[in-house]
Amino acid sequence: MARELWRKAAIVGIAQSGFSKNIGRSERSLAVEVVRNALAEAGLAPEDVDGLVRFDLETTTEAEIARNLGIPNLRFFAEVGYGGGGGCATLSLAAMAVESGRAEVVVCWRARNRGSGGRPWAGTRMEVGGDQQWYIPWGLVRPVDQIAMLAARHMHEFGTTSEQFGAVAVAFRKHAQRNPHAMMRDPMTIEDHQNSRMISEPLRKFDCCLETDGALAVVVTTPERARNLKQRPVAILGAAQGMGPDHVVMANYHKERFLETPSLFAAREVYAQAGVEPDDIDCAQWYDAFTPLVILSLEEYGFCKPGEGGPFSENGRLEWPDGALPSNTSGGGLSEAYVHGFNLILEGVRQMRGTSTCQVEDAELCLVTSGGGVPTSAAILART
Amino acid sequence: MSISEAALLPPVPVPDEVSRPFWDGCRRKELLMQRCASCQRYRFHPREMCPHCRSMAAEWRPVSGRGLIFSKVVCHPPVLPAFQDRVPYAVVLVELEEDPNLRLVGNVLDVPPDRVRIGSPVHVAFQEISEEITLPQWRLA
Repeated sequence: MARELWRKAAIVGIAQSGFSKNIGRSERSLAVEVVRNALAEAGLAPEDVDGLVRFDLETTTEAEIARNLGIPNLRFFAEVGYGGGGGCATLSLAAMAVESGRAEVVVCWRARNRGSGGRPWAGTRMEVGGDQQWYIPWGLVRPVDQIAMLAARHMHEFGTTSEQFGAVAVAFRKHAQRNPHAMMRDPMTIEDHQNSRMISEPLRKFDCCLETDGALAVVVTTPERARNLKQRPVAILGAAQGMGPDHVVMANYHKERFLETPSLFAAREVYAQAGVEPDDIDCAQWYDAFTPLVILSLEEYGFCKPGEGGPFSENGRLEWPDGALPSNTSGGGLSEAYVHGFNLILEGVRQMRGTSTCQVEDAELCLVTSGGGVPTSAAILART
Repeated sequence: MSISEAALLPPVPVPDEVSRPFWDGCRRKELLMQRCASCQRYRFHPREMCPHCRSMAAEWRPVSGRGLIFSKVVCHPPVLPAFQDRVPYAVVLVELEEDPNLRLVGNVLDVPPDRVRIGSPVHVAFQEISEEITLPQWRLA
């Protein structure tokens, strides 16, 4: 099993739009452009594409992509559910498809006008059924509220502090300052973080990701095909999903281990697939819709013990170039752009190509994670 | 009722086949939790099958309504228009004494958010929000 996907799937092209609060174009227009550009970057043509994978909340369909690009036939197309949890799962599906021969060139993409398009929670229905009937009526409406419930308990059990959440935001902002495409490039200090207003106590404004219009795409193919293309291939060493027991999406409060998230299960699977351990990872791109998700992930992906994610994030450990685990080296969702975590995948690819604006020296393995608090996924990318 | 007036009403739960006994109980000011009729283990959210013994036989048991605040957030703007006049407001997770895995989302009535603390004992109170729906809420014990 170990290193199976290493031999069987590679990322050969990437593309992204600009990132802004209001990009002034439709999601579909952005989607078709980044898919076209990712193929061109790879040295492939739309005629080469036989697979497409998208994930939850994507408004552009496979048919629309294919019709715009003139793709003659798709023999593989799929969509992964659960919001931002589906990001790295698109790589998993694409890798399985090219590995099994069900497709040879698969494009995964995300286009989302979350900056200009309004906040999804603002459209909460006035009558709530299903799982929502158990938390929305009491005013636990916004994703930040739902994650703050985990953060507050983590602080209570382990003494985690707001300043430790701040250390995550400050580290990622430092990286964004070197990235010309990042939306937030002003310096940020822990004091700035502490002075930012409360949104859902204990979480402040600077614990929350950006609201971004933008789109990104990656092209996945077989190692054989990858060898003769324009870019140095990046291997998908592992790409896995996880859910864990008794899961409730976002308000995941009713299982025996309260602070355990689906990440723990995706972590086990992705390391097993790749045949590597946390110690082998050179840099990480954490799903950072909210800072406490990074702290929980540091624990669940095995970089520290349960409860120690807060102290781990301090003293520059997440900072490039000298930290033990340079993380979100493009600025992440907190400071580069929030495109449902898909920009984290592209930064992972750049690290493995050696082209990041915060390039980790001699980096060979990068961990990329997807949505926290929802059924999730993760990938381990490798330099070739 | 105009659309703008409707936006000022808080979202109300819509009971379904599985959850209806819970909401019917609240309307009678009784807190009921779903339990497996075969292995007698509680479960929440309510569902069709017992995840432990896979029985589909369920019963609704009255519980004490006593618990501890397990976690807490305080919501500040921006919030839904329906919650605007409450900000800042606390939302808690209450762990029921019958089983630590029974955790209910709620509000603590009649105290400011800073008096709501993790670990504090609470007891259930019922808040009628419409003819059909009464919410379980909490008071400091």
